[in-house]
Amino acid sequence: MLDYTLKRIGLCIVTLFVIITITFFAMNAIPGGPFDSEKAPSEQVKQVLLERYHLDKPLGEQYILYLKNLLHGDFGVSLKTGRNISDTISQTFGISLSIGFRAIFLSLIFGVFFGSIAAFNKDLFLDRFIMLFTTLFVSIPSFIAASLLLYIFCLKLKLIPVWSVENKNYILPVISLMIYPLANINRLTRTSMIDALSQDYIRTAKAKGVSTKNIIFKHALRNALIPVLTYIGPMSAFVITGSFVIETIFTIGGLGMEFVTSITTRDYSMIMGTSIFLASLVVIISLISDLCYKIVDPRIKFD
Amino acid sequence: MNDKNLLSMQIDLSKFNDLSKIDKSYFDKLTNEEKQNVEEIPKQISFYKDAFIKIKNNPLAILSIILLSLVIILILVGIFINPYKYNEIITINGIRDVTAQDLKPFEYSLNELEEIKNGAKIFPHIFGTDSICRDYFARVAIGSAISLFIGIFASILVLIIGLIYGSISGYLGGKVDLIMMRICDIIYSLPDMLIIILLSVILNPLLSNNLTGIFADLGVNIISLLIVFALLYWVSIARLVRGQILSIRKNEYIEACKLIGTPVPRIIKTHIIPNCMSIIFIATTLQIPSAIFTESFLSFVGLGVQIPLSSLGSLANDARTSMSLYPYKMIIPALLIAMLVLSFNLLGDAFRDAFDPKLKK
Repeated sequence: MLDYTLKRIGLCIVTLFVIITITFFAMNAIPGGPFDSEKAPSEQVKQVLLERYHLDKPLGEQYILYLKNLLHGDFGVSLKTGRNISDTISQTFGISLSIGFRAIFLSLIFGVFFGSIAAFNKDLFLDRFIMLFTTLFVSIPSFIAASLLLYIFCLKLKLIPVWSVENKNYILPVISLMIYPLANINRLTRTSMIDALSQDYIRTAKAKGVSTKNIIFKHALRNALIPVLTYIGPMSAFVITGSFVIETIFTIGGLGMEFVTSITTRDYSMIMGTSIFLASLVVIISLISDLCYKIVDPRIKFD
Repeated sequence: MNDKNLLSMQIDLSKFNDLSKIDKSYFDKLTNEEKQNVEEIPKQISFYKDAFIKIKNNPLAILSIILLSLVIILILVGIFINPYKYNEIITINGIRDVTAQDLKPFEYSLNELEEIKNGAKIFPHIFGTDSICRDYFARVAIGSAISLFIGIFASILVLIIGLIYGSISGYLGGKVDLIMMRICDIIYSLPDMLIIILLSVILNPLLSNNLTGIFADLGVNIISLLIVFALLYWVSIARLVRGQILSIRKNEYIEACKLIGTPVPRIIKTHIIPNCMSIIFIATTLQIPSAIFTESFLSFVGLGVQIPLSSLGSLANDARTSMSLYPYKMIIPALLIAMLVLSFNLLGDAFRDAFDPKLKK
């Protein structure tokens, strides 16, 4: 276990390092400096600005400085708005987190529930019905689903008010963020549940006279949930990228919307800071989910 | 016969035919000619023919092929039969028709109605027109073609790289394999969407002046999408191919081939490659929808195809702002994306069932 944990953490650190290095050097490969806009400042002002942001130093030195600052949680300053990037992240990430967490939590619960129901009714009507929707749900890009939901429920039927700061209505953003991971968890649970139910130990339990309820909750479900655990890593990555879309459509001022705005305004330092932050988040979540997997199923090896 | 409960210990009776109920009149005695045929060895069915028969008998595969043909017919009609071009602003007698803005499906503009009164024949705007007077059907058709092209091209690119990398790693084995697979691990754990966005942002100013021909039409963003796909997504194919080669190499029939002195190229050609084909085929088919998804996502973030070209993602994204007025402009590309993705997903599943029954659960 210790060996596995160390190796897995090692991979995690290398990945983070690769991400930071790629991002830093790639962003510096873009031709033109941050102050070469139409309203270019005078040479002297430019010199002062370059010195203040350490942009006059050689690239290697800038890189080491950037790494040092990152270790202190300092992502630098947005060169478009002048705001501190760490402040922007800490102010806007809360709302993204609350939406993303709800989406992950609910899609886990509903996905496992519907997946198990489909498995128990294998090849029957209910199974076919659930799987039909599952297949449909993975075929619709989230921004289209979100736009259609917004159109139907907010604009046409006027059932749900449009998102505003006073009226935070989580239903539609969470649903549109949930659709894709829900369908995937559903499919995953169904497959592993059918697999678990056909195992010998289930037959043994049945022969011993264990009640159906106990068979499902004590034996089948516990084993069927292991593959679902490994999906939490990719799912969190999906929810993070999904939040760019959902937050922009519902005009929720979270980190996702900030990121999309920084892409459209070509705010390079903001893009760099936010993507390093989000990438680290994804890498750390998948590390935790892998370690949980190892605890639940000690048979797996690092390979 | 009742279906048995999945948890019950009863023997599943539905698996047995009740012999007493079968109508004897269904059976005839064999003629002499047929008796002779029975004694002959039945003709061997090749691997691909067998797979083809399985696909032909799979209703979901047929459904996906029908969906796919519908999209292709729409593309062909929109490009070759529809007289309007995707980047052409509608004109009447050589003058720009200002009244042809945001027409509903099959609606004619005021100027066109006048022309029709005078006896001219005008091809209808099947999906209406967009906000700058272009035929929406032509744009949808070219958009579907672009999305399909991106999907297939990106998958083939990924396939080639993954196949080469995976077979080198699997064939050499040992330390080389270990190092090559660690590189794979790192690339696999990178958050792909973020890297795609980053690279698109970076490649934009770098590439924008150096493109020619069809690449210039597609625009920097799509080229960077293809580059990123080539850089990141080959990992899963490489892993699959490597795993497959490793497991095939250990098989007894390969040992036997080596014993009787079969040359290595022949072992690779007749035993290893055919065994990898199924996995390659399945993985490539399932890669196409993910490329189409990625493209539509990039269009949403504003990193999609270059105007005036369109893709399904960019059309859906453009329609978002006017959705309360013209919902069909959103629904048409949305439906097409869903059809494409759905049919490739179903086709991939059908290929998996047909080529690799071991994988079926």
